[in-house]
Parts: sequence; C-alpha cells; structure tokens
Amino acid sequence: MIRLENLTKVFDTPKGAVVAADHINMEVPTGEICILLGPSGCGKTTTLKMINRIVKPSSGRVFINGDDTTDMNTQDLRRNIGYVIQQIGLFPNMTIEENIAVVPKLLGWDKSRYKERARELMHMIALEPDAFLKRFPSELSGGQQQRIGVARALAADPPVMLMDEPFGAIDPINRAVIQDEFLKMQQELNKTIMFVSHDIDEAIKMGDRVAVFREGKLVQYSTPDDLLAAPKNAFVESFLGEDRALKRLNLVKVSEVVSDEIGTVKPEDTLSTALERIDDFGYQNSILMINDKRQPVGLISRSLARTTKGYCRDHFQNVPATVSLDDDLRKVASLMFAQDITWLPCVDEEGRVCGQITQRAMTHHLGARFRTKQRETVTAEPKE
Amino acid sequence: MLIRSLTSAGIILGLILVFLLGVWAQSSGAIDDFLWYLPDVQYLAAQHLWLTFLSGGLAILVAIPLGIWLSRPSMSRAAESLMQVLNVGTTIPTLAVLALSMSFLGIGTVPAVFGLFVATLLPITRNTYAGLKGVSPALKEAAAGIGMSPVQRLFKVELPNALYVIFAGIRTALTINVGTVPLAFLIGAGGLGELIFTGIDLYDPIMMLSGAIPTAMLAIVVDALIAGIAFVIVPRGVNPARA
Repeated sequence: MIRLENLTKVFDTPKGAVVAADHINMEVPTGEICILLGPSGCGKTTTLKMINRIVKPSSGRVFINGDDTTDMNTQDLRRNIGYVIQQIGLFPNMTIEENIAVVPKLLGWDKSRYKERARELMHMIALEPDAFLKRFPSELSGGQQQRIGVARALAADPPVMLMDEPFGAIDPINRAVIQDEFLKMQQELNKTIMFVSHDIDEAIKMGDRVAVFREGKLVQYSTPDDLLAAPKNAFVESFLGEDRALKRLNLVKVSEVVSDEIGTVKPEDTLSTALERIDDFGYQNSILMINDKRQPVGLISRSLARTTKGYCRDHFQNVPATVSLDDDLRKVASLMFAQDITWLPCVDEEGRVCGQITQRAMTHHLGARFRTKQRETVTAEPKE
Repeated sequence: MLIRSLTSAGIILGLILVFLLGVWAQSSGAIDDFLWYLPDVQYLAAQHLWLTFLSGGLAILVAIPLGIWLSRPSMSRAAESLMQVLNVGTTIPTLAVLALSMSFLGIGTVPAVFGLFVATLLPITRNTYAGLKGVSPALKEAAAGIGMSPVQRLFKVELPNALYVIFAGIRTALTINVGTVPLAFLIGAGGLGELIFTGIDLYDPIMMLSGAIPTAMLAIVVDALIAGIAFVIVPRGVNPARA
C-alpha cells in the first residue's frame, strides 16, 4: 500500500516559486496499479519521484505499507522500491546479469542466490537466460532492454514499484506486447504500483485506478470505468477525449453483455422451420446454424428461407465471425463494423455457441452506466 | 577493388623505398655512426622514460581526483570557471613553464618534472571532467533510484562509463609528455633532448637523429601501451574498441 498525505513540492525558480505538486492526498491499495495521468508539467512525475525522494518533498508524508518513510534512510528506502524509468537506464558497463543483480548485491545477497534470481527473472520476462545473461545492454533491442529494466526493478522482490512512463520509448507494437506481459506478471506478483503515463489508452488498459493531474493538483482519482463514465470536470472530459464512451469498450468484456438466449437451427431442419424461428426470435436478417457439438457452421438468411424450399444444410452462408467471452467490446464493435452486422455469436473455450452479443445490448450496457452517473450527480448536487 | 590494389601497390613501393634507404645507410656508413650512439641512447632513453613516468604518474594521480571533484553536482557552479583557469594554464608554452619552474626550483629533475606535470595535468583533468559530465542523466537517476550511495554511483556507474574518455585524455597527455621531455634537457634534467639539442648545436645530424628517432618511437610505444591498457580495463559494454 502507498499512501500520500498532503505531499507538496515547491520549486524555487528565478521567476518565483512554482508549485509542482499541491497537497496530494491519495492511497493505492496493495496489489493495485495506479496510473498517474495528465499533460506534461502537471506534477505527475514530481509526485512519483517524491515517493523515492529523487525529488525531495517540500512538505507532506509518504507511507508505504503503513510506515511513514519520512525518517527512513534514503538508500534503504530506495532499495525496497522497484524503479523503472522511460530512458530504461540499464548500466552499459555491466552485463545483463550484473544489471539485474545490482540491488540484490547492494542488499548483500550471496552470489548463488542472486545468480539464481537473475535466471528466474529472465524466465518471467520471457527471455532465454543462457542467451542473454552474459550480453551487454547495447546488444539488445529497446523492447528487450526495457524488459530487463523491469526485471532489475523486481530483482529484490520489492513490495512497491514506481514506473515513470516505462513503455513510452518503445514502438507501439512492442509496447502492446510488453504491456500484456507486464499485466500477466502482475497477476502473479501482486505488487503495489504507481505508474506515470500521458497516454489515456495505456492508463485505461493498465490501471486499476487512474489519478488525473492538472497544474500540480490531483483532479480526479477513480477506476478507469468511473473516470470515463463520469469525468469530474471539463478538463478531465477534454483530456479523456470526445470518444471516451468508445474507450470504455476496452474495459467491458463480452461476458458482461452476452445474452444466452439465441435461436439456432440444425443442418437437417428445413428452411421453413428456419423462417419460423427467425420470426419467433424477431431476427431481422438471419439465424445461426449449429452442428451436433453446438459449433457454429453457417447462417441462414431470412430472404433465402422465405423464397426457397429445402434443407438448411444446402443453403447456408459462412459465419462472418465469432467472439469469445474474454474478448472486450472494442473487438466486438470492430468486427461488427467490418462485417456490417448488428450481432455476433459468442463461443466458449471449446468453440461451442453459448450466446449472442448485439449492438443494441452493447449500447444499452454502456449507456446505462452513463445514465446512472448522470442521475447520481443530479441528486448529489442539491445536498452540497 | 581499385582501392585495394592501390594499397598493395603502395605497400610494395614503401618496402622498396625502405630497402633502398637501408642500402644507402649501410653503404654510406650511417648505421655504424648511429650505433656509436647506442649506449648514450639507452642511458638517455631510460632517463627520458623516468621523467615521463614521474611527471605523467603524478599528473594522473592529481588530475583524475581533480576531474572527479569538479564534476560533482555541488561543484557545478564553480567547475566551469576553474576549468577556464586550467585552460589558460595550458596556453602558456611548455618551454615557458619549464623556464618559470627553473626560476623557482633551480635546475635538474625536480623543476623538469614539475613543468611537465603542469603541462600533462590539463588534458587528463579535462577528459575526466567531460567524461563524467557526459554520463547520461538517466543512468545517474537509475543508479540513485535503485538505492546506490553517491560513492557507489561514482565507482560502479559513473567512472566505468567515463573510463574510455578518461583513457583518451591520458593517452593524449602522455604522448605529448614524451614529446615534450626533450625540452627538460634545457634545464639540466637530461633525457634524449641531450642528443637532439647537442646535435643541433654541433651541426651533427646523426647525433640529432639519434635523439629524435628514439623520442618519436617512445611516443608511439607509450601511445600503443596505453591504448592496450584501455582495451583491457574499459568494460566491454562501453568500449568502442571491443564493440
């Protein structure tokens, strides 16, 4: 757990005092990722760096796991906080193994223990230990280097990690891969993480909570979903962008919106049965045909069923796409737009049809969240 | 292709020239004349190297700590002006420095070593300072953020990463030093300058060359020696020669 209490930084510049962070109060619960988000110069990086005292706080306190860090020795404090920076900062004079072992060595681990730990971390970040441990940072790609940067921060298994735009300098494709790997690692590691970003999409993807900063002040601190559904003021709203409702598509899984009611036909049914089912379920265009294992095999279109006679197995079209329960709505929407359709069948891990997702259900789900928020703010206002 | 054949033609031409030079030297008796100075060359070269060793060694011992001190964040305001003072110091010709040091310290080894020390100090200090200042701020921040003390940061991160630049300074400084030692003869400290200056005065080219050629060779050897040391000592990850 990280708790900030009235944390403030005032820089003295020739033009006068500049308040970089103004009485920041916030708490990150154990095992959560908190994204500090905002435009440049908003105080997010200053706030992060006050936690490990790269920037010395002017006033206020930092608590880590309940302990006030104010009187701790700076070096001891830092050795118990993992630190990852945008410029990666691997030491070019040391091998990968030496880089990873820096903090364990500072903590006085014996040689066999930190060597073992280095191998373990290499497995965790999916780099082959024998191929990489003896190499130097300059021989690695940017993405590989930042994986090592993360491994180095994790080496002594600190409970808390600070990450300053860690994936900012990596190309978009590699960035997405590293983000996914990192989230997977975090599920096992359960670190308490503060993470600076200026990328709203990264914040929504990575954060359990998002803290939006502006001009040294913490403007809003909430879950990504709340942030998108109910931005506190015009600044947050404009920072999130006009497509914020679309960004929420990332946060909602198919399983939350899926309806398990789906009408289907079998290959041996006749087209007139198909037409009846289409009308019974109120479908506009077509109905799904499934086989004995409940796997989707084709679509029977309404126009065809109405004008033709015969069996479904002879008159079906291919299924344009299916989605699984773990997919997010962004993928679903993208498939729908690409195929010009308003519904998609959902399949489980074994490829069996378990329901359908419709455009109407999606818009309803997202809209419901906005509507309740609006009502809350309307009722809350008179009380204040 | 053209360049390669030109190079090999050049090498062959060079070998032929050297051979002809040898033939001429042998037939004119110049080789025997040179060999006559061999015992002098041996004695004076040892003296020459000793002067280089003393003045260069002292300069390294002083310049590196000085460069480190100037590069510390607490010195950042004063450092540039102090470097300017050192810069002005090098604009004074070495001969003048030797003359000055003779006026205060008399003649012999001590004033010579002092004068050479002053001339050698600056390139090493400047490169140490520039090398340490050139270490990327991100590295220093990472080192601090990881929990290294200022001393650990200096020895584990800053110095290893500046070492290549520092060695370049030592190399330049000592090569210049070896080339400057002949002047020390003028204030009575000996060295190969004895043959060079006496040869000039006596209008004896063989004597002069007996001093000048070994001096040049010593400079090349010292340069190669330090390059070799740098190759071994500078960590592989930050050593362009081993990349």
